[in-house]
Amino acid sequence: MTAMTTGPAGTAGGAASATQNGTANGTANGTAKGTAKGTAMGTAQGTANGTAQAARAGRTAGGRDGGTTTLTLVRAINEGLRRSMEEDPKVLVMGEDVGKLGGVFRVTDGLQKDFGEDRVIDTPLAESGIIGTAIGLALRGYRPVCEIQFDGFVFPAADQIISQLAKMRMRSLGAVRLPVVVRIPFGGGIGAVEHHSESPEVHFTHTGGLRVVACSNPADAYHMIRQAIRCDDPVIFFEPKRRYWDKAPVDLDAEPDLPLGKGRVVRPGTDVTLLAYGPMVRTCLEAAVAAEEDGRSLEVIDLRSLSPLDIDLVAESVQRTGRCVVVHEAPVFCGYGAELAARVTERCFYHLEAPVLRVGGFATPYPPSRLEDHYLPDLDRVLDAVDRTFAY
Amino acid sequence: MNTNAPVGAEAYGAAAPPELVQLLTPEGERVEHPDYDVDLTPEQVRSLYRDLVLVRRIDMEAVALQRQGELGIWASLLGQEAAQIGSGRALSDQDMVFPTYREHGVAWCRDVDPIKLLGLFRGVSHGGWDPAEHNFHLYTIVIGAQTLHAVGYAMGIQRDGAEAAAIVYFGDGATSQGDVNESFIWAAVNNAPVVFFCQNNQWAISEPLEKQSRIPLYRRASGFGFPGIRVDGNDVFACLAVTREALRNAREGGGPTLIEAYTYRMGAHTTSDDPTRYRVASELEAWKLKDPIERVKAYLFKNELADQEFFEAVELEADELGKDLRRRCLELPDPDPLAIFENVYVDPHALLEEEREQFAAYLASFEGVA
Repeated sequence: MTAMTTGPAGTAGGAASATQNGTANGTANGTAKGTAKGTAMGTAQGTANGTAQAARAGRTAGGRDGGTTTLTLVRAINEGLRRSMEEDPKVLVMGEDVGKLGGVFRVTDGLQKDFGEDRVIDTPLAESGIIGTAIGLALRGYRPVCEIQFDGFVFPAADQIISQLAKMRMRSLGAVRLPVVVRIPFGGGIGAVEHHSESPEVHFTHTGGLRVVACSNPADAYHMIRQAIRCDDPVIFFEPKRRYWDKAPVDLDAEPDLPLGKGRVVRPGTDVTLLAYGPMVRTCLEAAVAAEEDGRSLEVIDLRSLSPLDIDLVAESVQRTGRCVVVHEAPVFCGYGAELAARVTERCFYHLEAPVLRVGGFATPYPPSRLEDHYLPDLDRVLDAVDRTFAY
Repeated sequence: MNTNAPVGAEAYGAAAPPELVQLLTPEGERVEHPDYDVDLTPEQVRSLYRDLVLVRRIDMEAVALQRQGELGIWASLLGQEAAQIGSGRALSDQDMVFPTYREHGVAWCRDVDPIKLLGLFRGVSHGGWDPAEHNFHLYTIVIGAQTLHAVGYAMGIQRDGAEAAAIVYFGDGATSQGDVNESFIWAAVNNAPVVFFCQNNQWAISEPLEKQSRIPLYRRASGFGFPGIRVDGNDVFACLAVTREALRNAREGGGPTLIEAYTYRMGAHTTSDDPTRYRVASELEAWKLKDPIERVKAYLFKNELADQEFFEAVELEADELGKDLRRRCLELPDPDPLAIFENVYVDPHALLEEEREQFAAYLASFEGVA
């Protein structure tokens, strides 16, 4: 499967060229969507601007302050990959267009030039082949980092991920370890064509033998990709593609402050706990800022790891706040929020003032992009759910 | 041949009689081939014969154990012994094997204890041997998935600069799988040191070859850009010679080869299958005349390379092997219930630890209850 050239690949390129032209608002995104309700990228915050600036900063790697550099999320992962490859000659990068092109989002930009074609492999165009050969390389002692170009293209590789990658260790009674990372840009909000905006995380959290993580910001992205590569278990690594151009300071020489499997309170609060991961973390932070004006204090937790789940962190928070809202882009029905609601209820039953509420996608296929703003949770839908938790 | 082949199929070779590399006829006559030969000492031929007999005996014992309820299921290799022993004995120690779930003969060549194979089909593990210890990967049940693992492994060999090859086994049905075709592409564009060993046993459960292909399978390779060759899969000499050459070529940088070992699944697909529903008995009778073991026996006899004493000794050894295997199979303990949580992850996983703790407490709650 390949990216539609008029789709996100075009979008990514569009954003970059808009930056170079200095026409920050004219992102391909804005043009493609052009709808009234504030684009998803610009959720209540004029982020089209931020996006463009981030893209520029990312390309030139900003200003350095010791080990600290301002990076886009794309660039942060790129730096994380680079560091990992420098540290361990067994680390390989493989996928469609990851070499010369540097990936359709440029996450692997420059790596092939520096590490060669044997370590940064432009693969044939077949997802099952990418994961299947990565398993073989791992059996030979390599640590492949695979890129699945877009979320919706992971399904041709489903057998290799779910039936092979996840299960081979048990099949061998522990003799085999498969340190394979599968990077998947996920989620919507970039005005893409079908299959380029999905959130398939629960297919993988439902599969024992896989670790599943989602980064939400540049600093975590940098550290988490390095931790995922060092991990001896297979890791499905979700990248919030609409936040690819968010920028933030990253200390490239620092040690990560959390293990891969732990979540983080990204904004403390007292009234409601918002649980999110990946692209929805920023949405929740924006909601928390807005709620503050209404006198409500929202605590935002970035789960970071979906398998395992840092349930202790979640339970501690909800036991304090008494209210919990889960936010993700994936459909609510049988979504990750269903698991969270059940576990929070089990752990916090006597502390809850209201049922755990969920905000997410509908039980439909992902809609055409002109409708995606209605489908994707935004600040207003999060705040609406917060209001409803106070109605009990 | 597919009588329903669309007009024009002949142009792609569907009607042409495929060439078959054969070095030993069903009657036990040694024949020459312009490109392939084996130079075997009498001792080596006797050793191949012994392998063939012993793996057939392991297989028979396993079928019997299944019939008696000791195995959940068994996938018999009956009829495919020469393809497996011939190719298996062509391997060097450093070559890596990627099997399906029917490669009991190759497992034998790699010194995998047959009790491990029985353990899988009994349900005490999903495999449980260390692939690196034997250079024999775990059985793969999803059809064709292991072909990609083999090619990836071969790409690793290339990067290591090692003198080794990977060999991957699959069947005629598997050639329809996307993974197998993807693996052909990967192997070709990477010039990977891998040998694709397809045992065409004519049947994918109930579906005959014409449901999978309109050309002979070995000709598929040419479209992917590497050589394909058809070998008499019931001729252990030919399988040895052809596989040895393909492996050598792969190790020396010559890239992949597809070998189609033309053979016959003389038994059912598995012990759960009933072939009388889809194939005629006369077909089996015809293939019995091409039995892979009988022709080696005839060759040894005719050339006075073995006496009656040898054959009796091999039979006796086979019986002892079968008996020992049966005893050890019956003694296989069920795993501890908490083993469910073992070997899922390398590093600790909070959810599994929680579930293990809860399940252990639940089990403990029955202790002392009459």
